[in-house]
Amino acid sequence: MPYSTEFLLSAYRTMKTIREFEERCVKEFEGGNIPGFTHVSNGQEAIAVAACIDLSDKDIIGSTHRGHGHCIAKGCDVGGMMKEIMGRATGLCKGKGGSMHIADIDKGMLGANAIVGGGPPLVNGAALAAKTLGTKNVALSFNGDGSANQGTVFEAMNLAVVLKLPHVFVYENNGYAEGTAANYGVGSNSLTDRNAGFGMPAECVDGLDFFATYEALKTATERARNGGGPTAIEAMCVRFDGHFIGDPQLYRGKDEIKNARKNQDCLKIFRERVIAEGWLKAAEMNAIDKEVMAEIETSVVDALAAPHPDPATDLMSDVYCSY
Amino acid sequence: MTNHSNNPAIGGKTSMKTIREAINDALREEMRRDPTVIILGEEVSGGAGCDGEDDAYGGVFGVTKGLMPEFGRERVIDTPISEAAIIGAAAGAANNGLRPVAELMFFDFIGVSFDQIFNQAAKFRYMFGGKSKTPMVIRGTVGGGWRAGAQHSSMLHSIVTHIAGLKVVMPANAYDAKGLMVQAIRDDDPVIFLEHKVMYDIACEVPDEQYSIPFGEASFPRQGNDVTIVAISNMVTHAITVADILAEEGIGCDVIDPRTVSPLDHEAILESVEVTGRLVIIDEGNPRCGLATDIAGIVAEHGFYSLKAPILTVTAPHTPVPFAPELEDAYLPSAEKLMVAVREVLAAGRSGA
Ligand SMILES: Cc1ncc(C[n+]2csc(CCOP(=O)(O)OP(=O)(O)O)c2C)c(N)n1
Ligand SMILES: [Mg+2]
Repeated sequence: MPYSTEFLLSAYRTMKTIREFEERCVKEFEGGNIPGFTHVSNGQEAIAVAACIDLSDKDIIGSTHRGHGHCIAKGCDVGGMMKEIMGRATGLCKGKGGSMHIADIDKGMLGANAIVGGGPPLVNGAALAAKTLGTKNVALSFNGDGSANQGTVFEAMNLAVVLKLPHVFVYENNGYAEGTAANYGVGSNSLTDRNAGFGMPAECVDGLDFFATYEALKTATERARNGGGPTAIEAMCVRFDGHFIGDPQLYRGKDEIKNARKNQDCLKIFRERVIAEGWLKAAEMNAIDKEVMAEIETSVVDALAAPHPDPATDLMSDVYCSY
Repeated sequence: MTNHSNNPAIGGKTSMKTIREAINDALREEMRRDPTVIILGEEVSGGAGCDGEDDAYGGVFGVTKGLMPEFGRERVIDTPISEAAIIGAAAGAANNGLRPVAELMFFDFIGVSFDQIFNQAAKFRYMFGGKSKTPMVIRGTVGGGWRAGAQHSSMLHSIVTHIAGLKVVMPANAYDAKGLMVQAIRDDDPVIFLEHKVMYDIACEVPDEQYSIPFGEASFPRQGNDVTIVAISNMVTHAITVADILAEEGIGCDVIDPRTVSPLDHEAILESVEVTGRLVIIDEGNPRCGLATDIAGIVAEHGFYSLKAPILTVTAPHTPVPFAPELEDAYLPSAEKLMVAVREVLAAGRSGA
């Protein structure tokens, strides 16, 4: 067996946690418990987990507006996340950030980012710090097929090559940037060919296949850790929900989402594979499902009961370290 | 001379229109009239390259809905997420015969594209000795209230107002939105057109025909002799609320909506303060180097001897915009906060003329 049972159970648990967290966010948003704009990542769980499962808290990730899955995969506390997304004082960012700006520096989670393309230059900085300080830590940025077209991302890729930074660029290609198709927005036929053009190893994997994605990212992360510089991994995937919760998704083809949920579900694909290989038993995963459901339920109950921030003390704090 | 009337009546038919519809009207009519007007930005139509419906968004706030079906993708251009390239293309096209209306979905994205705005578009004419024209409009949504957090809620009008070469427009009702958008498109300079995202559904009677409102002319949504309130964009709503409450107490508020902050109708403000002697400025921007301090400075410099009390400002605090609803509500200026300031300014200082 190429993977330990512990590894497989952990991967499954994290993917399932993301799935249930996101589906619950949709429900809570629709129930009026989550303010603002919320983007969920259900359908894309395999990539987040494959990218983060081997990382330590000292390795850094930079995320996007669609960041809940990355947070969970990087080990952020699910309860703290739910509170943050509901804008509570005991949330990960004291309710000041919200879904689009959620971060947990202690876990090496440098932040979701509501500015498309905002992350990769910052992740270069984390990689530069690791390289300069000789820590052997790596940095990983999540990008989309849409953010791939931002100048900041091009600049960050080039700088990472020039400085040989330990930066893994992950491109989650879910086919859409809001309501614009990747095959329209990415002018070259292939994101991966374009990535290779920057002078770094570039690979395209099936992001629905946890194992293929994991292997590619493992190679990339080891390369970065051993001084081999940046890599770009494009992982093809599907977005189960709208761009944001409530998106009417008029731009999507008829039955596209139904088909995706049925035939392109990375969790189902994982389960079928590990059962077929005889690596895990359905019962083991069913037990995890129950635990995850309970954990998500608790996170919501706790978040709804959590205190709201107090404008008198919380509005003006945290702008500066000192002023 | 300052135009002291409210929106002048225009002959012909009017209809109830929201700000969203009024801007859409202005864009459509100008595109019909002038084939050089184009629109570009992210999701201005939506659905590019997709299997589903075209014009799936018409802008994420629906402002450009229906324009792509009428004018085609050649003139209503969905772009990749590349704000520097969008703004640069608009500026370059404006120098070469087109009148582009570029959209920054959220004006916070000015950060990604700022060089193309302030070093390029704004300065061409001056640097080139008056030989170039850059007739472009940059539309962007501003302001808080949507719980959209620090990176999607900023009120950055003061930053662009600071820059010579840019004109900055901030409509507070559908009538102004239409007339100012027409003017913005016909104007030969780069115009920043800022739409407050909580105001899109606010409606009023709007003439069906095309009309333009000149820049630099304030409007007077309420008139009175006791205190001047200068308000812009969504803050006009609060100013009107306060003025109407005080009117019942027999206190007259002169509410001035500059409508454009660059150019700014100094005259209207100074003339009003000459009568009232008391001034409160309400602005959703941050307090330092902002529109409120700018106007306070102008009045302190040119209207000092008219003042009977210190000028007061009501602004957001010196923080980013917080996410949690109670924090965002505390952050935003409100009618209640304005009322406190207005009463304070009425009570303070010298009485009489
Ligand atoms: C600088 C900037 N431009 C535009 C947006 C609006 N926006 C948010 S997400 C998004 C699409 C991103 O697409 P992609 O990178 O493929 O990520 P996905 O949403 O598919 O996860 C856009 C246009 C933004 N937040 N920031
Ligand atoms: Mg995408």
